[in-house]
Amino acid sequence: MSDAVALARRRQAVHGWLLLTPALVMLTTFAFYPTVATVWTSLFSRGTRRRPSEFVGLENFERLFADPTFWQVVQNNLIYAGVTIPASIVIALVMALWANARLPAQSFIRGAYFTPTVLPMIAAGNLWLFFYTPGFGIFDQIGGFFGAPSVNWLGQPETALLAICLVTIWKEAGFFMIFYLAALQTIPPDLKEAADIEGASRWDYTWRVVLPLLMPTTLFILVNAMINAVKLIDHLFILTKGGPSDASKLILYYIWENAFAFFDAPAAAAMTLLVLGVLALVAALQFFVIDRRTHYR
Amino acid sequence: MTAFVEIDDVTRQWDGKGGVRAVSMTVGRGAFVSILGPSGCGKSTLLRLIAGLERPSAGRIRIDGEDVTHRPPAQRRLSLVFQSYALFPHLTVRDNILFGMKVRRAPRALREEKLAEAAGMMGLTEFLGRKPAQLSGGQRQRVALARTVVSGHPLVLMDEPLSNLDAKLRTAVRRDIKALQQRLDLTVVYVTHDQGEAMSLSDHIVLMRDAAVVQAGSPQALYAHPATPFAAEFIGDPPMALLDGSLLGVAGPTTVGIRVEHLSVAPLETADLVAEVEVCEFLGADTRVLLRRDRARGLALHLPGAVDWPQGRRVGLHLPSEHRFAFAGEPFEVAGPTIGPATADRPRQPS
Repeated sequence: MSDAVALARRRQAVHGWLLLTPALVMLTTFAFYPTVATVWTSLFSRGTRRRPSEFVGLENFERLFADPTFWQVVQNNLIYAGVTIPASIVIALVMALWANARLPAQSFIRGAYFTPTVLPMIAAGNLWLFFYTPGFGIFDQIGGFFGAPSVNWLGQPETALLAICLVTIWKEAGFFMIFYLAALQTIPPDLKEAADIEGASRWDYTWRVVLPLLMPTTLFILVNAMINAVKLIDHLFILTKGGPSDASKLILYYIWENAFAFFDAPAAAAMTLLVLGVLALVAALQFFVIDRRTHYR
Repeated sequence: MTAFVEIDDVTRQWDGKGGVRAVSMTVGRGAFVSILGPSGCGKSTLLRLIAGLERPSAGRIRIDGEDVTHRPPAQRRLSLVFQSYALFPHLTVRDNILFGMKVRRAPRALREEKLAEAAGMMGLTEFLGRKPAQLSGGQRQRVALARTVVSGHPLVLMDEPLSNLDAKLRTAVRRDIKALQQRLDLTVVYVTHDQGEAMSLSDHIVLMRDAAVVQAGSPQALYAHPATPFAAEFIGDPPMALLDGSLLGVAGPTTVGIRVEHLSVAPLETADLVAEVEVCEFLGADTRVLLRRDRARGLALHLPGAVDWPQGRRVGLHLPSEHRFAFAGEPFEVAGPTIGPATADRPRQPS
C-alpha cells in the first residue's frame, strides 16, 4: 500500500520536473549561468598569455572607481535618465489625454504617435543622424531659416548628450502613451459625469481623479523607463559612438567597449554587477515606497 | 405645488432614433417624480437632459424658473445618483462625500460639519476611512446619497439607483431614499424600469415608451385609469389582463382590459368569456389560477384556499362591465411589452 503511494508520489514528482525542464534549461542558459559567470569573472584578474587570470577579490571594482571615464559615464547616464524619464512620461501623458479626447482622425493620430516605437532602433538612429547633420539636416535648415549659425549637434561635447536624449524622448513617449491610453479607457465615463455635476473643473478632474487612477500605470512606466535608461546602446552606435571625448557615452556602451573593444572582461563584469545592484535598489524603492501610495483596482 | 422643473417640448435623438422626442413634463417643488418605462424608451436620456449631460436639439428646460437649457451641469444646482454609484475608487468614503465641496473650495469647518451630518444620516460614520471596494453595494449607494446631502442642492436626479442591488437591499435603500427626500424636502426625479419602485415611491409617474410620454399622473390614477393598453399592462402587479375586443362583441379594432381582481367564475352557459386552466399556483392564503385564451393574455383568477384544477379545464369568466376598459382604436397586440433593466452598455464601476 505505502509502496503504491510512494510510487504515485514519485511519478508526480517526475511529471513536475519534466514540466519545469524547458523553462529551467532556458533560464539556466540565458539567465542563471551568465549571472553566476559574471560574478565569478568580476573577482578574477584579466588573463593574458603571460599572466593567467587569478583571484583578486574586489580589485576590479577598485580599479573601476579609480577610472575617471567610469565616473564620466555614470554622470552622463544620470543626466540622461534625469532628462529622458520625466520628459517622456509627461509628454506621453499629455499626448494620451489629448488622444483620448474626442478628436477627428483619432486612430490616425494614435498610429502616428506610435510610429517611433515600431521603427527599428537602427533605422530611427539613421533618420536622426540626417536630422542632426550640420549644414543640411533639418535642425540646421530650420535654424538657418531664422539666421542661426550651423551647429554640429552630435559633434560637440556640449550638445551631444542632449541630442541623444531628444531621440530617446521621441521614441519612448509614443510607447508610454499607449499604456496611458489603455489605462485611460478603463476609467468609467460615469466618473467624469459625476465630477462635472459636482462642479469640478477639467483641471480638478484630471488632478484629483485621472492622475491618481493612472498611478499604477505611471509606476509601471517608471520602472520600464529606468531599465531603458541603462539599456540604451543602439542609438549610440549610429549617432555618436559615445563621443566626442566620452561626452555622450552611457554605461552599457562602456561595458560593451570594455568587454569587446578593450577585451577587459573583468572590468565589464564588475560594471555589470554595479548596474544590476543599482537597478535592484531602484526597483525595490519603487515597489515598497511608491506602491503603498498607489491605488490598484 | 409650484413647478420646479419644467421640460418644454424637448427633443434629443441620434439619427432620428432613440432618445426623447417632443417630451414635455412638469415636476412640482418637493415632489417625487418617477420616469418609468421599458429599456430603451428614452427615460435615461430625459434624466441626462435635465442634468445637463446631454443638450437638447429642440425645446427648453427650466429649473426653479430659470432657463438652464444651455447651462453646464454644475450650474443647475442638482445632484445625480448613478446606477453604477460613480464613486471615485481611489478615494475614501470621506473624500468621496467631500469631493464636491473640495472642488468648490468650501471652508474646512463647513466641510467637517456637513460630512458629520451626512454620514450620520446615512449610517456611514464608521466607514469613512474605507475605500468603495471595501463596501457592500448598499453602502456604496448610501455614499452616493451622502454626496447629494452635502451638496445641499434642492434637486436630486436618480438613474436606476437600485438596479445593481439585490432584492433585500433594494427595499432597505428604497426606504433610505424616501426618508432622505422627506427629511431634506428634496425634489426628486427618479428613473426606473420597475413599476413597483415607481408606484411605491412617487407622487407622480411619467410613463414613457418609444421616446415619448404615454401617460403622466399619480400612481393611483395610472393604475385605475390607464390611457393605453401599454400603460394598462406595464403598471400594476399582476398587470391588467388584455383581450381582443371582438371576443366580447365590441366592434372595430379595440383592446379590452380588466384588472384580474375584478374577474370572477361564472357558469359556462352565461359566461362572458371561456378560458382554459394553464397552471395553478398555490400561494398559501389563496391560489392563483393562470388562464389561457386565444387573443387574450394576463387572464388569472385569485381563489381562496387551495384549488387544484387540472390543466386544460374550461372555466367560465364573468367580466363586470363597469370594470372593463375599452381602448378604442387600439388593435390587440399579440406580444406584450418587453420589460427589462437597462442594458449594461458601459463598464460598471470596478470593485
